[in-house]
This record gives sequence, C-alpha cells and structure tokens, in this order.
Amino acid sequence: MSDQSLKRVDLIFGEYSNVKYKILADTLARTNDAILKDILDSGLRGRGGAGFPTAMKWKYTAETTSEEKYVICNADEGEPGTFKDREILLRVPRKVFSGMAICGKVIGSKKGYMYLRGEYRFMLNDLNRELDIYHEHAKKLGFDFTIEIRLGSGAYICGEESALFESMEGGRGEPRNKPPYPTTSGFMKKPTVINNVETFVNVMMIMRLGPDQYKKLGTTDSRGSKVFSVSGDTPIPGIYELELGMPLDRFVDEFGDGDTKAVQVGGASGFCVPRKKFKDTVIGFEGVPTGGSMMIFNSSRSMYNVLHNYLEFFQEESCGQCTPCRVGCQQLLKGIVAVKKGEKKAAYLDQLMKLSESMKITAKCGLGQSVANSFSSIVNNFKEEMIY
Amino acid sequence: MAECSELIKELANKYGRERSSLLPILQGVVERQNFLSDTCMTDIAKELDLSAAQVFGTATFYSFLDTEPRGKFVIRVCKTITCDMHGKKTIIQTLEDMLKIKVGETTPNKKFTLLETNCLGWCHEGPAMLINEIPFSGLTTEKIHDIISDYITK
Ligand SMILES: Cc1cc2nc3c(=O)[nH]c(=O)nc-3n(C[C@H](O)[C@H](O)[C@H](O)COP(=O)(O)O)c2cc1C
Ligand code: SF4
Ligand code: FES
Repeated sequence: MSDQSLKRVDLIFGEYSNVKYKILADTLARTNDAILKDILDSGLRGRGGAGFPTAMKWKYTAETTSEEKYVICNADEGEPGTFKDREILLRVPRKVFSGMAICGKVIGSKKGYMYLRGEYRFMLNDLNRELDIYHEHAKKLGFDFTIEIRLGSGAYICGEESALFESMEGGRGEPRNKPPYPTTSGFMKKPTVINNVETFVNVMMIMRLGPDQYKKLGTTDSRGSKVFSVSGDTPIPGIYELELGMPLDRFVDEFGDGDTKAVQVGGASGFCVPRKKFKDTVIGFEGVPTGGSMMIFNSSRSMYNVLHNYLEFFQEESCGQCTPCRVGCQQLLKGIVAVKKGEKKAAYLDQLMKLSESMKITAKCGLGQSVANSFSSIVNNFKEEMIY
Repeated sequence: MAECSELIKELANKYGRERSSLLPILQGVVERQNFLSDTCMTDIAKELDLSAAQVFGTATFYSFLDTEPRGKFVIRVCKTITCDMHGKKTIIQTLEDMLKIKVGETTPNKKFTLLETNCLGWCHEGPAMLINEIPFSGLTTEKIHDIISDYITK
C-alpha cells in the first residue's frame, strides 16, 4: 500500500535559499541545450490543465526565428474551485519570475508579461514591488529580460491562451483559430511561450533538484507534484501539494467528510466522479487530469443544482463567438430546467447529451468543447437527480 | 465630462497610445470614475486613434468594465458552486437588507452597487466577495454587518 497512499510534498512553497535569485543566477550560467534537456527529461507537463509538454513548447518557440518573442505567465486562474495560483503568487512570486526569466533565456526573448486576473488586483502592488527586486537582480546579473504585469477585467475566457493575447492587444477576449499556435504566432503575432503560474515554478524545481530527483515524484505519465485546491464538503479545505497519480479513493479518505457522494475533478470544465468510481480513478494525465480543482460534494447536495450552477457559469462566460457554444450552453441549461419541471420527458436528457457531444466537436475553443465533460459525467451518473 | 478627457490624457501618457494600451486605460477610468460613460469611451477612441466601435466592443466584453453608472463601492458576491453551497444566498439577503437595494442596483446616494460574479478564487473560504478590489472571505451575517458598517463611514 505504501506507494498507493497520498504523498504530501513541500517543494513548491518551500524556501530553498536565503540568497535571492540564486537558482536563477546559477541557471543563467548554463547552456540553453542543457536547460531544455533537463526539462525534457523531467517529463514536465503544463499545469494549466491541458498538460502540454513544457520542453516541447519552449523548444518550438526557441527554434522559430523572430526579432521579438514573448514569455507570458497565465495568471488568469478562473476555473471554479481553483485558487492555487493566487497562493503561489502570494507566497513564492520569485520562483514564478525566475521561471519566466529562464524561459526568456532559452527561447531568446527579452520581454515577459504576467496576465493577472482582475479579481486578483489586490495583489498587484505587492507583486510590482517584488518585480522591482527581480529587475534589480537581473540587472546585476547583466541579464536583459523585463517583466510587466497586465490585469484582466473579469472574463474567464481570457485564460484561454489566444483569447488572452487578444485581450492583451486591447480587444475582446475572443479565442483565435488554431493553428497557428502561439509558438509561431502568439502575442502581437510573435512567437510566444505561454505557461501557467505553477508550470514556471516547476521549472525552478527541476533546476534545483535536477530531473532525476524530480522524476521520482508522481507516475510515468504524471511527473512531479501538483498543487491541489480542495473545496466543498471537506473539513480541511485549502491548498495541498500532493504527488500526481494518486487514486481518488485515497484522496477522499483524507479530505472527505465521511459522506462524500461525488468529486468534481478539474473544475466546471472537468469531470464529476461518483462514489462507485473513486476506487478506479487516478488523478493525473493517465486518468482524470486536473488543473488543481477538487470540489467535494456530500450526500446532502443536489447534483442537479451543481450542474445548473456550472451551466450558468458557462453560459455567462462563453464569449459568444461561435454558435455551438453560445446556443448550446443556453439550450443545455434550459433543457435540464425543463426536464426537472416535467415539461420535457426524461428521454430529452439523451438529446441534450448528444448536443453536448456535438459541442465537443464543433466548438471553437476549449470552453465550448469541455462543457460535455461535466454535463455527461453528471447526467450519466446522477440521472434520477436530474429528473425527480 | 470635462475631467474625463484630462484623465484619459494622463492614462495615455502613462500606458501609451497603442491598441494594446486600451485595456489598462479602460481599467484606469473605471478605477477613478466607477464606470465608463459613452463620452468617455468616445474620447478614448479619439486619443488612441481607434474607432468608437472598437472601444465600445472591448469595453462591453469585460464584466469588470462597467458601462453603467456604479457606486463608489462595487460589491461583487461570488455565486459559483462552493460559495453557493456555503451560504451565498444568506449573504446576498443580508447585503440587500442592509443596503436596501437588490442585486444589480445602486444605492440612491451612489455609494454602493451590489452585483454577483463568478468564482473569485477563494472557494476554500467561501462565501466570498470583492468590494472594489479588496477580497473578503469566510463571510457570515455578522461579518457582513461589520464590513458594511465600516464602509458606510468611508
Ligand atoms: C476556457 C479556458 C480557460 C483557461 N484558463 C486558464 C487559466 O486560467 N490559467 C491557465 O494557466 N490556463 C488556462 N487555460 C489553458 C491555456 O489556454 C493554456 O493551455 C495554458 O495557459 C498553457 O500553460 P501550461 O502549458 O503551462 O499548462 C484555459 C483554457 C481554456 C480553454
Ligand atoms: S467555444 Fe465558446 S468560448 Fe470558445 S470561441 Fe466558441 S463561443 Fe467563444
Ligand atoms: S466558488 Fe466562490 S470563490 Fe470560488
């Protein structure tokens, strides 16, 4: 059982040096190839949700020739149930800035931005003060990479990378068509690396520990540790750094209130796992992936209300640019209300399920494509609650 | 608004006159004047050499860029799932009773606006709300009484 249990880790928030920006200084003395190789060997995958291999993203951007390139830290953290990036930025902002700077070195960029959600405006002054310290150190090291913070203004969709670029360019936060990908055409149509806050911190962890030690954490498909945001029906809500690849039943044993009915893994755009599947569900890229959001529901909760809340969220946050998502979100919401009221037969749920499946294929971006995740996992597993 | 064009010049000097300066400028106006008036948006368009439609289009996209008059203190209560489960309805009710307005409204003295918003990133301490940019979490009826009584005197 030992490797089945939850392993708590304290690397992301842990202080590891009294000397400010020491690991950054050490890393800047290394070659780009050596840095990239370490990140590649570590198996690091992006912590923003999609799990793209970080080394490949950096490598493709490094290989694209351009006078200007950008490094962007995605701090738009808007997924319901996620609050880990806030905690990271409050507690270890230097690790984030260092990770961005190293990315700048590797891809050949002189300019980094952090896109901070408007809801986190209260941190801005402290972060800017920290940035002054970073810039002093960068100057001392003779390293030309500056970082600027841009604020969002209350739009979940701006966490989607191409919507984020549009927003930073002064437009509506409407996702672009892909390809082209950010590695060739991102912010200002220039090659851009965009990574989640936690991803940059993981890079620093790898720089400090080396890939071999880093790899000892987690499983083959999900290397390293992960910061989880635990909320809902739990006696101990909060932020926990755990190894990836853990079985969900162990998680529930530790964090549930003894009466856990379901866990929503990965936020409103993630999956709802019912009690009977806890045992066979692994949290990680090989099982159910998560950007960190773990919302626990006990048996007093109506899963109809949960789904209703998610659908309202999507309907409000859809950018409205493409029809499948704009109309689809409205229809799913109206549909479950009608079934609940008895205005539509229970079989109507199957039609709604088909609608959500077609949104998965036809919607332009991840928002519309992922509505089906929570929709079908809740409707399938809690059908009676949708009807009665 | 005469002071609007002054403010816009000041913000444009600070953030630049590129298209990419638009969001920081819009945010700066909302911070100082609580909302974006039509004249103000037209002035921004002129200052940045954009069409008014471009400025309106961007402004209306973002839920924090209010284009209707708002109070000095904008209260945004999280209505997403964990806050909802942990008593958001009572919090809204308490605020409505204290301020004598409904969600979406502004007090007659233009001091408070009450709105709902989506997840604020304080789910582990829900219910949560923002008053302008300041977050408050772990809300209870008593806490709301204390917080609002304090803001009433500001
Ligand atoms: C609707 C939507 C919202 C997103 N929000 C965020 C976010 O808040 N933070 C984030 O890091 N990634 C978010 N993403 C994922 C980003 O598009 C992008 O994949 C990520 O920033 C890449 O970083 P990573 O490789 O380090 O994970 C979102 C994606 C979608 C479709
Ligand atoms: S899927 Fe939804 S959020 Fe994405 S582009 Fe289409 S309408 Fe906008
Ligand atoms: S659900 Fe309210 S802060 Fe996240």
